Amino acid sequence: MSGDTLVLDLVLAGLLVFLAWRLLTLSDLFKATVLFIVFGVLLSLAWVRLNAPDVALAEAAIGAGVTGALVLDALRRLDARGPADEAQPLRLNLPRLVGALLVMGLGAFLLWSVLSLPPGWRGLSSETAAAMPRSGVVNPVTASLLNFRGYDTLLEIAVLMLAVLGVWTLNAEPMPPAEPAGPILDVLVKALLPPMVVVAGYLLWAGGHAPGGAFQGAAVLAAGGILLHLARPFNVANRGVVRLVIGFGFAVFLLVGLTLATLGGRFLELPERHAGILILMIETAAMISIALTFVVLFVGNARDNAGRDTS
Amino acid sequence: MTPPIIYASAGAAVLCLGLFGFLAARHVLRRILALNVMGSGVFMMLVALAARTDPPDPIPHALVLTGIVVAVCVTALALALLTRMCRDEGSALLPEDRDIE
Repeated sequence: MSGDTLVLDLVLAGLLVFLAWRLLTLSDLFKATVLFIVFGVLLSLAWVRLNAPDVALAEAAIGAGVTGALVLDALRRLDARGPADEAQPLRLNLPRLVGALLVMGLGAFLLWSVLSLPPGWRGLSSETAAAMPRSGVVNPVTASLLNFRGYDTLLEIAVLMLAVLGVWTLNAEPMPPAEPAGPILDVLVKALLPPMVVVAGYLLWAGGHAPGGAFQGAAVLAAGGILLHLARPFNVANRGVVRLVIGFGFAVFLLVGLTLATLGGRFLELPERHAGILILMIETAAMISIALTFVVLFVGNARDNAGRDTS
Repeated sequence: MTPPIIYASAGAAVLCLGLFGFLAARHVLRRILALNVMGSGVFMMLVALAARTDPPDPIPHALVLTGIVVAVCVTALALALLTRMCRDEGSALLPEDRDIE
């Protein structure tokens, strides 16, 4: 480890802590949100430094991108209903003081546990490496997500569907962009959308052997959809076809698992010979569903706009 | 001082800042931001400790990927709840925070 990269790591880690502190203490919520997005982008740099390119891609696209867009949009909607700012800065009263002391204790405990870990501990990397030849893919993160820990990923896609259901039920979303977007955004969308679709497809395909996968591809596709919505507002109403596409990824994943179970295997235990093609199938379906899910989470339920709101 | 130790320590600090913000903040949007910051701290610790071997342990990476997606879902649902509360009750603070100060 050379001195230069050590300085970079120290500065990056220090900046992350500083940004986290500032974004929680600034009284202007808009500035705090912008700092939050910067925090996400710097965090994806930290993932690269820690040899986690898969996580870096997801963080940049989902953590900073989609979450940032969601929070900014919510802030705009709150602003329309009154001041969104926190009027007074936080005063340190007794409950907050006790809370701060408890949290500091937790921090000290965590720091102690990090520093006291045995140096030679290898985690699960040996077991994963031993199981890789049977997984059907070369990228260990994809193998872990879609094969070794398939159950988690199946339920994760279910959580995405639940979030959409919640947003639809609350019917809290609708509001078209305040002013029509300028011609620059229009041109930008026209130029960016085709490469974005290609990049999403590439990320999906690359997930088998290099950093990438369904979630990263879906985030890029969803970013394209959100950009398109900002340039030319469209409605993704709670219609049958939308529901079908959102449930598609979960259905394919579940169907693969059930088929394997009825054919004599175990639920979601991919057979070695067909694992590669099954993973690609599940990932393709999941990517389409997840991308639409993110767009729906952003655009929300458009029933208000159509004037058929019942609430 | 190795990068895993640096980032794991920073992760612990970020986690604690987020947790305190989540407990202490009054505006619900700030609490949602704090929840995300707290999650990022957990992710930093997980990925940093996975990087102690070469190549890094892929299982924590997969866990963090799942975590990032679930965090977005939680954020979207929380923001929808907040917007609905704001629309129905005209305040972005939780009821127990409204009369204080």
